[in-house]
Amino acid sequence: DTTPLTIETSVPFTSHQCEAPSRSVETTPKELLSFFRQMATMRRMEIAADSLYKAKLVRGFCHLYDGQEAVAIGMEAGITKKDSIITAYRDHCTFLGRGGTLLEVFSELMGRKDGCSHGKGGSMHFYKKDSGFYGGHGIVGAQIPLGCGLAFAQKYSKDETVTFALYGDGAANQGQLFEALNIAALWDLPAILVCENNHYGMGTAEWRAAKSPSYYKRGDYVPGLKVDGMDALAVKQACKFAKEHALKNGPMILEMDTYRYHGHSMSDPGSTYRTRDEISGVRQERDPIERIRKLILAHDLATEKELKDIEKEVRKEVDDAIAKAKESPMPEPSELFTNVYVKGYGVEIVLMSHVRESLALKYC
Amino acid sequence: KQMMVREALNSALDEEMSADPKVFLMGEEVGEYQGAYKISKGLLEKYGPERVLDTPITEAGFTGIGVGAAYYGLKPVVEFMTFNFSMQAIDHIINSAAKSNYMSSGQISVPIVFRGPNGAAAGVGAQHSQCYAAWYASVPGLKVLSPYSSEDARGLLKAAIRDPDPVVFLENELLYGESFPVSAEVLDSSFCLPIGKAKIEREGKDVTITAFSKIVGLSLKAAEILAKEGISAEVINLRSIRPLDRSTINASVRKTNRLVTVEEGFPQHGVGAEICASVIEESFGYLDAPVERIAGADVPMPYAANLERMAVPQVEDIVRAAKRACYRSVPMAAAA
Repeated sequence: DTTPLTIETSVPFTSHQCEAPSRSVETTPKELLSFFRQMATMRRMEIAADSLYKAKLVRGFCHLYDGQEAVAIGMEAGITKKDSIITAYRDHCTFLGRGGTLLEVFSELMGRKDGCSHGKGGSMHFYKKDSGFYGGHGIVGAQIPLGCGLAFAQKYSKDETVTFALYGDGAANQGQLFEALNIAALWDLPAILVCENNHYGMGTAEWRAAKSPSYYKRGDYVPGLKVDGMDALAVKQACKFAKEHALKNGPMILEMDTYRYHGHSMSDPGSTYRTRDEISGVRQERDPIERIRKLILAHDLATEKELKDIEKEVRKEVDDAIAKAKESPMPEPSELFTNVYVKGYGVEIVLMSHVRESLALKYC
Repeated sequence: KQMMVREALNSALDEEMSADPKVFLMGEEVGEYQGAYKISKGLLEKYGPERVLDTPITEAGFTGIGVGAAYYGLKPVVEFMTFNFSMQAIDHIINSAAKSNYMSSGQISVPIVFRGPNGAAAGVGAQHSQCYAAWYASVPGLKVLSPYSSEDARGLLKAAIRDPDPVVFLENELLYGESFPVSAEVLDSSFCLPIGKAKIEREGKDVTITAFSKIVGLSLKAAEILAKEGISAEVINLRSIRPLDRSTINASVRKTNRLVTVEEGFPQHGVGAEICASVIEESFGYLDAPVERIAGADVPMPYAANLERMAVPQVEDIVRAAKRACYRSVPMAAAA
């Protein structure tokens, strides 16, 4: 159903060096139902990734996004796939939002051939260039200048599109953010710096790492907006607003006030530096999926049972994708040496003798 | 016809910018100032501020922006005023540029050139005098080129810009003002050199000398002195540090049976160490003498003229090492 619907954001936007957009957000029943389904999918996917990790099917690092879903969903609703997105290592849901599939996610997590990076990237390195997703970066803060570079290229190519560079409140204190922002402002780059403030940089509370945790104000001469990052419609409104602003006037900072239910990564239980009450309080009062559920029910767009059915369907989709991913083969051993360079440019690869032997022993 | 290395680099940039609108130049003082070393002279006027961009003195920021632009498909040429300053941005060169094609399984290629003067300059002290060839050449995903002559500078820079992978292009400040003869072929705008191929600058049969950048010149001088004493030295100009032209080096050693490696960088884990390993792996049985390795002294670069001279390879060091490799007597005082 596409009848327009106007809904007020949970809280007003707070602005810095600009006039805040309206709290009334245009949406449709169709959009709200798709928000519900997509966020439920993300939530289920991350819970499943947690189990796979604990079953030792996922190696290394794994950073989960549950709690922050409204940012990925709302952002996509406010922009198009011609706009670019780049983020840090908490990237599973951003990838899904850009049109990636559950099979690609789970296969990549398990290091299989059907992964979005054919098993060569892992949890932190998801990409989908054909819909403007440039990763998936493991070094805190590095994605911010990279994102400004994407915006530079968009402006250089006269594409009339923008880049959203996402980072956490931990990365907000990185020096390279200020270097890149200065250049972006000097050159009027269509870059939107999105600080996903989940209030803890790893295990350090924001106020212990930032002299001023008002991240939307920290661009000084760059306009900023503080957004309820648990409200997908507010995120959508803010991203639309920021895109328009960036195309006309250059960079902008969006601070998304959000929350991660999981610890920073799988090795962090997430309970030593914050209380269980704090976490359950957010779940009860601000959960992004529950907010959309309530809106749908309040406007009689679906029944409680219909929403439960969606959640059941989503659970099955996730289970099916995991089953399929488990059947996906490991990458071919020969893939070890592909993609170091773009093909066909005559670069010899030095095979150290032990590698040569192990390849020969196993596969000749 | 003669051409200065500076002009060779400038003309290569000019021609590649003219041929491909995706190529742009960014860095400190590359525009209005015409380049700290005048490599970008005239380019701002010709291509405008959209394609010749003066940056603030913030390497991490502008290098990251360059790499991001390459992700999107542009072909940035990022100038470092010297490679010493690339240390502020080495994370973007290695983690953001070199690894992306691999991590994304070929989705995100990074056609970018990082260029600028590298190696020991004169009298500028430890923080501005260092060779980064071995550092960058140890990283898979990067290509590392280092030109000596004007022919090298033109052909290799054009190759670097046309290449779809990230290339670290190590120039030398002390060569910018040197002139070299260039052929009509080298001056043609289609001229380009292959990446990964060394050049035999001087043929010889008694001893192989490998060198790159400014040291090639010293090695050629040493070869002349050696010739007068009856030693025929083959001088290999590496041109490409990664990929390293192992086959040309090994073929030469199999012919001369002796090897002297020369570089300005620190000795430990250096370019010479890698060449030595390659020769020992592939041509061990052909060696008639221990490999001689000449490198910069294992110290931060001193300022005082006499100490600085001692810290970088000199022609007489090369001559002496080549003689030792050929079992010619070397005066005791000099050998010590």
